[in-house]
Amino acid sequence: MTALDSLRETFRRDQVFDFMRQGTRPVLPGQVDAGKNILYLEDITVSFDGFKALNDLTLYIKTGELRCIIGPNGAGKSTMMDVITGKTRPDSGTCFFGQTLDLTRMSETDIATAGIGRKFQKPTVFPEHTAFENLELAMNAPKGAWHSLFSQLSGEQRDWIEQTLATVGLLDDRDKVAGLLSHGQKQWLEIGMVLMQKPQLLLVDEPIAGMTRQEVERTGELLKSLAGEHSVVVVEHDMEFIRSIASTVTVLHQGSVLAEGTMQQVQNDPKVIEVYLGE
Amino acid sequence: MRHSTFKTALTDRTARHFIGVLFAATLLAVLCNQLFPADSALHVSSYTITLMGKYLCYALLALALDLVWGYCGILSLGHGAFFALGGYAMGMYLMRQIGDRGVYGNPTLPDFMVFLNWKELPWYWHGVDHFWFAALLILLVPGLLAFVFGWLAFRSRVTGVYLSIITQALTYALMLAFFRNELGFGGNNGLTDFKDLLGFSLQADSTRVGLLIASAVALAVAFVLCRWITGSKLGRVVLAVRDAESRARFVGYRTEHYKLWVFTVSAILAGIAGALYVPQVGIINPGEFSPLNSIELVVWVAVGGRATLYGAVIGAIVVNYGKTVFTGLMPEAWLFALGGLFVLVTVFMPQGLTGVVQQNWPKLKARLSRNTDQETSNDCA
Ligand SMILES: Nc1ncnc2c1ncn2[C@@H]1O[C@H](COP(=O)(O)OP(=O)(O)O)[C@@H](O)[C@H]1O
Ligand SMILES: [Mg+2]
Repeated sequence: MTALDSLRETFRRDQVFDFMRQGTRPVLPGQVDAGKNILYLEDITVSFDGFKALNDLTLYIKTGELRCIIGPNGAGKSTMMDVITGKTRPDSGTCFFGQTLDLTRMSETDIATAGIGRKFQKPTVFPEHTAFENLELAMNAPKGAWHSLFSQLSGEQRDWIEQTLATVGLLDDRDKVAGLLSHGQKQWLEIGMVLMQKPQLLLVDEPIAGMTRQEVERTGELLKSLAGEHSVVVVEHDMEFIRSIASTVTVLHQGSVLAEGTMQQVQNDPKVIEVYLGE
Repeated sequence: MRHSTFKTALTDRTARHFIGVLFAATLLAVLCNQLFPADSALHVSSYTITLMGKYLCYALLALALDLVWGYCGILSLGHGAFFALGGYAMGMYLMRQIGDRGVYGNPTLPDFMVFLNWKELPWYWHGVDHFWFAALLILLVPGLLAFVFGWLAFRSRVTGVYLSIITQALTYALMLAFFRNELGFGGNNGLTDFKDLLGFSLQADSTRVGLLIASAVALAVAFVLCRWITGSKLGRVVLAVRDAESRARFVGYRTEHYKLWVFTVSAILAGIAGALYVPQVGIINPGEFSPLNSIELVVWVAVGGRATLYGAVIGAIVVNYGKTVFTGLMPEAWLFALGGLFVLVTVFMPQGLTGVVQQNWPKLKARLSRNTDQETSNDCA
């Protein structure tokens, strides 16, 4: 670093004067300042007509980890993802992406642009577009209207899309309209779309519903390969699947964390056995 | 899959066919009007020429609606308002062209203002005596209204039926406003008694022919523009917004910007349609803002078939031709016929006429080729 650079570094407003940070607004829009943890959920409460879907939920996701969230139906797993992606605003609590991005104040679009990709529980793809076009639309590229009018796919982008198609096993169905794909293929297409966003954090809600055994295995492999470079949060019911991708497991129950640890630890936790595994 | 630029949109097959048919029909009508004497069987009357011009303006309006409804899923029940505003802007220019040839002979004030005892021109009537300025208004007024209205509506995430209702309210409110004499647009009589446009008498046959050609050119250009838009990535995003808006948001698109973009472009096209329409029918009055007009427009597009562009054009022409014939036979029943048509199309032909043809096209083609096969094998035998 030259002397001039270090001088500039010393006088960076956002680092020198805390009050210049303008509350909890991002220091640099869209830039994640991830340290050890990439996601911080603290004391999140969400209620629907008095019913608390999330109840003082506190959860941290480490950078680069693969985290599985399990819990009985209605435990609040999808609602948690809604909070992270800006679809639902919490009644109270804080939700930070990296050190500086306050997700509770950002729009869905901003959150997506900042680097959080989501696969929904019910696969949602663009039904009238082909698999290829679905990935093209999800691609990490400028998203403005005027830009889109003039944009043409470059060779590199085409290759990238095809590569992703291959990753999710849809190369042969690239020109098939997404609405006509099987349920499992739609799940994969959606995972592909999330990958095209080049997110730092992937939220994957029940990815293997409607998949055959082989497809399930491949999905497990894919998710494992993504961890490290990305941080991945997987919500699943299927214990065997969770075991196969072996990682830290968090058990949600009635909107808060019941237990956390390795699969082994969690399975032997008496509280967990009582509410979930025991049934 | 299309990855359109303006150039490919201009030269693709659909656009070539569309422009070919449009210009051939226009040229044929013009030639028959100009070359054959009035008593010839092949003569096309000036009345028909103007009628055609009118249909083409409607077709352009339908095209504009198809862009927002068919492709973006915004069912605007107030698109007639943008058409009427474009029409009024043109009407103001035509009014100023009358000069001292009006009934009261006032060189600057239009007749209705003299009648209301106004002493001077309201500020917003200045400048419209220049064609370029009027042309600017034709684009800007509908565009700006759509922009502001859309910005408020889409930002607040008003969608579906609610959006349809407020667009309807918009055109209704404008109608009531334009009915008022104080607004300075001629009250319920509107603007009329036009004399000439850019120096050409509106009564002259040649001007009518010119306006028909201008309408055809405008429709062709708008068609290519819409093909470009719908074939571009922007078009694919817009379709995605129609089918799964929240997904589009989670992928990182500001869907409200896309809706606003399309809505505004569509309103501008509607305004141009209105501006071409007014000199051909010779009048613009608040009735053009009537909610019923906007609803009729929706029926045209539904009949022709949504999200194909040419479907909207075909629908506008077919329904309006039907209307011309029908109202000649029994005018009071037209609204019932229109309502019935809408129900029929919605229930039995959700894809409209073009949808029916497209579905049966493979069968038709197979039958045609079988016939020709037989003929050739007969020939061989
Ligand atoms: N939009 C909503 N309105 C009312 N209740 C909701 C809504 N979304 C979720 N819930 C309720 O919140 C609870 C948690 O739901 P969810 O997060 O989908 O659970 P899961 O862990 O199965 O994904 C459920 O009881 C559900 O009925
Ligand atoms: Mg769920």
